Amino acid sequence: MRRLMRQLLAGPYIVWIIGFILLPVAVILYYAFTSDTDSFTLKNIAAIADPVHVKSIVLSLKLGFSCTLVCLLLAYPLAMILSSFKFRHQSFVVFLFILPMWMNFMLRILSWRLLLSNNGLINTFLEWTGIGRVKMLNTPASVVFGMVYDFLPFMILPIYNSMTRIKDDIIEAAKDLGANRLTILIKIIVPLTLSGIISGVIMVFVPALTSFVISDLLGGGKVLLIGNVIEQEFMQGTNWNLGSGLSVVLMIFVIASMALMNIFDKDGGAAVW
Amino acid sequence: MSKKLIHFIDITKSYGDNVVLDKLNLYVRENEFITLLGPSGCGKTTTLRLLGGFETPDEGQIIFDGKDITSLPPNERNLNTVFQKYALFPHMSIAENIAFGLKIKKKSKAYIDDKINYALKLVNLDGFGSRTIDSLSGGQQQRIAIARAIVNEPKVLLLDEPLGALDLKLRQDMQYELIRLKNELGITFVYVTHDQEEALTMSDTIVVMNQGYIQQIGTPEMIYNEPVNAFVADFIGDSNIIHGTMICDKTVEILGTKIPCVDEGFGTNRPVDVVIRPEDVEITAPEEGFMAGTITSVIFKGVHYELEILANDFEWLVHTTKFYTVGTHVGIQVIPFNIQIMNKPESEDEEAVEIDA
Repeated sequence: MRRLMRQLLAGPYIVWIIGFILLPVAVILYYAFTSDTDSFTLKNIAAIADPVHVKSIVLSLKLGFSCTLVCLLLAYPLAMILSSFKFRHQSFVVFLFILPMWMNFMLRILSWRLLLSNNGLINTFLEWTGIGRVKMLNTPASVVFGMVYDFLPFMILPIYNSMTRIKDDIIEAAKDLGANRLTILIKIIVPLTLSGIISGVIMVFVPALTSFVISDLLGGGKVLLIGNVIEQEFMQGTNWNLGSGLSVVLMIFVIASMALMNIFDKDGGAAVW
Repeated sequence: MSKKLIHFIDITKSYGDNVVLDKLNLYVRENEFITLLGPSGCGKTTTLRLLGGFETPDEGQIIFDGKDITSLPPNERNLNTVFQKYALFPHMSIAENIAFGLKIKKKSKAYIDDKINYALKLVNLDGFGSRTIDSLSGGQQQRIAIARAIVNEPKVLLLDEPLGALDLKLRQDMQYELIRLKNELGITFVYVTHDQEEALTMSDTIVVMNQGYIQQIGTPEMIYNEPVNAFVADFIGDSNIIHGTMICDKTVEILGTKIPCVDEGFGTNRPVDVVIRPEDVEITAPEEGFMAGTITSVIFKGVHYELEILANDFEWLVHTTKFYTVGTHVGIQVIPFNIQIMNKPESEDEEAVEIDA
């Protein structure tokens, strides 16, 4: 009887998993492998080979990589500095870096659109200084910038977490054994924060790869990521089969990149989970 | 006497308003097992960290082997530390941990492999090289930490309460291991502990510290048998510390009774502290001792019974192997040789020590 009660407690979650995760995935898979006449086909999957789609997925990968790399280069030293702070308000400073996550991300991206536009605040300032206006909006660079701005906290947090878990005496032991700062960084700190790095990379790379709102707003329709293509197929092209097929391909890319990262993560279970 | 290897000169260190060490002067001889002993907050760990290079003194100098190393970073000092919580590198195997220092020194692979085997044999963990840190018990991890330090052939090994996290039996075994290691390696050990038994068992020299001051430096026998003040007497082993008056040479008055002792040169009618170890108190028939009292408590301690005897308004702590029942009227006797007379603390610093103790 108790057993049954316990199993019943899991009910809502099972409904959730089936209704909102498994069923939608099944529907997408169904659309992906059928044509508009409901017959089985692989052409929606194969459509990825279409030069337009190849171009957009390559661009997605490129921008995703750039965004992840920039986030990593910014977040790692920052996490190191934050974790070495020995004062009472350490967690407050970390909180400041996380704070933007609490605001609606559409609003943040829209405000960047205003700031970066040709008549925006930044260009007005640049003209005033004599440098002259620079075209920033609607370029791949502005898309990467927006992604970095949005996803940076997801890189900082797991790295910072794994960094604070390194005990002082480990660093002191390394010094004691003759290691200089560089050796300590390479031999001790980076290996011990590797799971944090991997978590951060996954949490930034996956949304960057699949993003379409940022490229829409900051790319002005000129930066066509695979996410944008899929969105168009669903919202404008109304070819749900093709959209689903491309979604499945994108999902494979995501799973592959996570599997690749897990090879480096010897400990298993990256730091943030 | 071997030469002085390390010299602390007028070392002062404070954190904010808290003065941890105040003009500390101390030397360590070559091939000596020296123990810094004291309660937490006495400055012993700070002294060790200053020597390791993890802290720099506010004032004063540390001379090591004739050179001033006061501001030298830890990686440039020819000494190694065994940390309290082992501080092994969790992402490396045991062999990699041991090899860490040697790889930095760019030793050849053959040399390193040789050293790893030698060190593992020395700490009785032969063949453990490829295992992970997690697979070891606390005692084994501590041995690896020792192995990792000694392969670098330091002149001095610093040990910061290395046995603190181990259970009693293992701690005792490791004490013998450390003595054996010290003899085999022939290097200087600077050992920090708050455990008086550890200090007495292993050390050539004990430095008793309290509140940033050195209370007494001496061999274990000297520290135990002839403590210089009430703090040392109380910290090293159990003791009865009684306020007394030195009537004249070889006679002291405690608790209203004049008793013979062997000490001379304190002058006449001078207030002193009298230390009597509980195992030195003999229980006699009531009329045979220099005072008589009643047993108020008997506790079985394994090797002996611990008695409390109320005599002349003082609770005497007594160790005896004979069993007595509570309420028995007995006499107390101590042979003159076992009565230790100490000057009352004079300076404020020493006074503070006594209050704390």
